[in-house]
Amino acid sequence: MDLIIDGIIKAFKLLIALDPEVLGITWLSLKVSGTATLISVFIGISLGMVIALTNFPGKKFVISVVNTGMGLPPVVVGLFVTVFLWRNGPFGFLDILYTPTAIIAAQAVIATPIVMGISIAALQNLPAKMRLQILSLGATRLQMVWILLREARLPLMAAVMAGFGGVISEVGASIMVGGNILDYTRVLTTATVMETSKGDFDIAFALSIILLILMFVVNYFFTLIQQRERPR
Amino acid sequence: MKLIKNFVGMFALFVAVIAVSCVSPASAAPVVKNVILATTTSTQDSGLLDVLIPLFEKETGYFVKTIAVGSGQAMKMGERGEADVLLVHSPAAEKEFMAKGFGISRRLVMHNDFILVGPPGDPAKIREAKTTQEAFKKIAAAGALFISRGDNSGTNAKELAIWKAVGVSPVGQKWYQPTGLGMGQTLNVASEKNGYTLTDRATYLAFKKTLGLSILREGDPILLNIYHVIELNPAKSPKINIAGGKAFADFMVSKKTQAVIGKFGIAKYGAPLFFPDAGKKEESLGK
Repeated sequence: MDLIIDGIIKAFKLLIALDPEVLGITWLSLKVSGTATLISVFIGISLGMVIALTNFPGKKFVISVVNTGMGLPPVVVGLFVTVFLWRNGPFGFLDILYTPTAIIAAQAVIATPIVMGISIAALQNLPAKMRLQILSLGATRLQMVWILLREARLPLMAAVMAGFGGVISEVGASIMVGGNILDYTRVLTTATVMETSKGDFDIAFALSIILLILMFVVNYFFTLIQQRERPR
Repeated sequence: MKLIKNFVGMFALFVAVIAVSCVSPASAAPVVKNVILATTTSTQDSGLLDVLIPLFEKETGYFVKTIAVGSGQAMKMGERGEADVLLVHSPAAEKEFMAKGFGISRRLVMHNDFILVGPPGDPAKIREAKTTQEAFKKIAAAGALFISRGDNSGTNAKELAIWKAVGVSPVGQKWYQPTGLGMGQTLNVASEKNGYTLTDRATYLAFKKTLGLSILREGDPILLNIYHVIELNPAKSPKINIAGGKAFADFMVSKKTQAVIGKFGIAKYGAPLFFPDAGKKEESLGK
């Protein structure tokens, strides 16, 4: 019990004192996971749209592959990305292992199927005749895409939040491809693991609380966008 | 036809997106002279590297990427040329590593010691044992729960070497449970389950306040925990940053660094966590 109270007190102390190390770690978490989410949103929604709106043989198979990808274990992604990025691996020439870029890449791999899977479901849920209706009213193809995206805004924002939630909270991939290097690739989750293994449970607890606050702030922002009144 | 048009449009969008997303993260990697240090968790978890690395970086201008894993994994990284320098504590495995030609120099840096900890009640009565070996035998004979790292780390290697020395093969026994976790977490498991375990002193001291474990056996020569710094052989992998690795190894055994190591931990624990040994012979330790 004392640990929990100590942790909460420590979290607020660190926040109020604007501890530069903790702020740096928090900012890096936001930057890395935000970028990864952005990439996954672009790929996930555009590719998801292609899959949802076209008919092709093996579509069900493709969708089930994407849905399986929604549960990709971060540690498996971390292992694959590490092996690929090794100096002597196929992408070793990029020289990005143990950098923030490597974490972004791994997290994008984790988040993309999540965003894509929910996007496919969201877009397939729209009435099938809607597309014809939009086009018959004289919209261009791009306009149609835009209208469909706006129609599916609620579930699509849920896709973004799920993707972000998936990567900001994962530790398996970040610690493997990033290496948990101070001031460079140490993010909130990897720092929490390290402080736990150091026995500094109060700091670990404080970092967890900061992570939860960060996730709440970001999701509150996303929710505001999601729930905005539709402009008429 | 319509389907194809649809698809082409989407594909164009997708390509544009990829192009955009590929450009953005590339700026995150600064151009620096990196040195990848593969080391054991105990050097990081004790806080020693947090003190030494900034000194080294300031002195030489290198940027150190510390990858804290078990000694076994660190040496595997070295074998594959995925690290530039190693700081490890698994002497038998290190000698094999050197014999295979993966390293070009192996220098003694420091030591501390392992301790055998367990529940204060001491169900296997190992306090009565006269040597560490006898204590291990007593644990096996009593079938008392023993928690092992089970992760090929230096600590794990030491523990297995002692089991071997006393002629017990614990793996697979009911009373022997490998965690596959780091030292801190393994201590927590041992504490929760009232088991015995072998630990390095530094990690135990860091965790002492939250553990229900007592030191039951310490001070034998067999319990020495010796750290070496190893420079890797560029002939095995041309991508190794050999100059950076040498700079770090030289730094670790330098007089200044050795003095820092000797003082580390006194403020927090009242006693040093590591004893500097640069230039000494391994055989002379603990005598």
